[in-house]
Amino acid sequence: MDWLLNLRAVKGRAYPRAVGGLREPSWMFFDTLLPLLGIAAFVFYYQALGAPEVYTGYVIIGGAMTAYWLNVLWSMATQFYWEKETGNLELYMMAPMSKMSVLAGMALGGMILTSVRAVSTIVLGVIIFQVEMDISSPGLLAAVFITTLIALYGLGMLFSSLYMLWGRGAWHMSNLMQEPIYLVSGFYFPVREIGFYFALGAAIIPITLGLDAMRQLLFGNETQGLLPVTTELALLLVSAVAFIVAAHFALKKMEYLGRKEGRLTMRWQ
Amino acid sequence: MRDALRRDLRTIRWSAWLGWQMESNWTNPLLFLVYSIVKPVFGTFILVFMFVIILGDVATDPVLFSYMYVGNAFYMFVAQVMFGVAYVVQEDRERFKTLKQVYIAPISFFLYVVGRALSKMAVTALAVVITLVFGVMALDVAVDLGQTAWLMFGIGLFIGLACICTIGVALAGVTFLTARHSSGINEGIAGLFYLFCGVVYPITVLPQWAQNIGLAIPITYWLELMRRSLVPSMDFSEMSGLGEYSDLSILLFLTLSSMAFLILSIGIFKYADHLARKKGKLDMNSTY
Repeated sequence: MDWLLNLRAVKGRAYPRAVGGLREPSWMFFDTLLPLLGIAAFVFYYQALGAPEVYTGYVIIGGAMTAYWLNVLWSMATQFYWEKETGNLELYMMAPMSKMSVLAGMALGGMILTSVRAVSTIVLGVIIFQVEMDISSPGLLAAVFITTLIALYGLGMLFSSLYMLWGRGAWHMSNLMQEPIYLVSGFYFPVREIGFYFALGAAIIPITLGLDAMRQLLFGNETQGLLPVTTELALLLVSAVAFIVAAHFALKKMEYLGRKEGRLTMRWQ
Repeated sequence: MRDALRRDLRTIRWSAWLGWQMESNWTNPLLFLVYSIVKPVFGTFILVFMFVIILGDVATDPVLFSYMYVGNAFYMFVAQVMFGVAYVVQEDRERFKTLKQVYIAPISFFLYVVGRALSKMAVTALAVVITLVFGVMALDVAVDLGQTAWLMFGIGLFIGLACICTIGVALAGVTFLTARHSSGINEGIAGLFYLFCGVVYPITVLPQWAQNIGLAIPITYWLELMRRSLVPSMDFSEMSGLGEYSDLSILLFLTLSSMAFLILSIGIFKYADHLARKKGKLDMNSTY
């Protein structure tokens, strides 16, 4: 394997996402301000219900993490579908690097760009709604956050492979995986509230465990976590490896099927 | 005059049919139905869960629960239709590359977009009805069809949907001039309405300046009217911030603010259309 070539491919695919996204200032405006509107609405909803203040913090962290989930759905999972529609997919297929490096580049660029949105959402949310957080274990918090992202984007790589042959169904599938996942992964409330075993099932989506662990680390004893933080971190590590390996095999299989059935260049399905 | 009217109605009818085909013909009807309903219904479930987590049971505060549930159900029209209508321009221009052909056809492009909105409305209406039926049957939402003020409901629904449609058309006009930004703008406008219009909480929860913004938007009055019409057994006046106004006053506010938005929307659409032609953006291909 030509490692240098693949690293260049990773960099080349990450570049337009990480840098291109910063070149249009108005996008930054939308990326930072828009998520706050929805988050503010949920905060006011909790206030109308008379919820404890810690729920405001839950909503802000959960709302910020929606940026990553949306990025995984729309800029990872459906990406090969978009590339097919715009005629880029066949170029990827003809190029000599591993397709996994294209996916890795997409993930890396997506993480960087989305982090701008997520971090600014958290900072603005904390300032506007005066949320108190207690970061007593910053190292562990960073480890949980980074592992969550790797696992999440690993899942995105797997989705991307599986979606490769789809037509408009890909669009609808991603649409379908927004609100239901917000619900079962506990984006706006502690996931344990939906029931222990149900929440455990939802842990297949890495953000479920990541979000729960981060809330435990940020809001302390007030958060009734699903599992101990270290257990959640270990599970996240396992799922990160599992998703990336699965993405590798799925990509090979789907590419083979696509070439065999002539579906890699089909547009407007 | 009659010919022009007939042509305009034909434009609306066929663009609605086209929209329906584009939305639905990629799969079988049952799967399409599932896809169309799951997203908004789960959005409602999130709010129901939040309510139950904090208050323990929907029966703890049935007035607030009905307020939230009915408001959220009708907001689906705002989110789905407004976003969908504005996306028509981007979809036709960038994806199917048919915008030029439609634009130069001897029809009103404004009405073409309105027709496309109707198909989205039909799909959304189904999700709204299913959400409300589920709410009544499983969650004791106090919708009472026997007591419903149908005339008020019908007039209010029509004006509200027309208003949503025209705002969507204005956003479609803005999309003429933008590439990727359109989804951000649509999401932003829908988000502003969600925040300021008392969709899931009374506007009295908001600071005074935010309440004033809400009172200038027709969606606020529309949702209030929908609640009053469908749930007459509950008194929302104490919490809604609009309790001092009668149903007719609310209808009047809705009509006046909708007319203001209609004039504004037509102005935005026409100006954006003019600019797009002037700058040669009608056939823009941003590969996004």
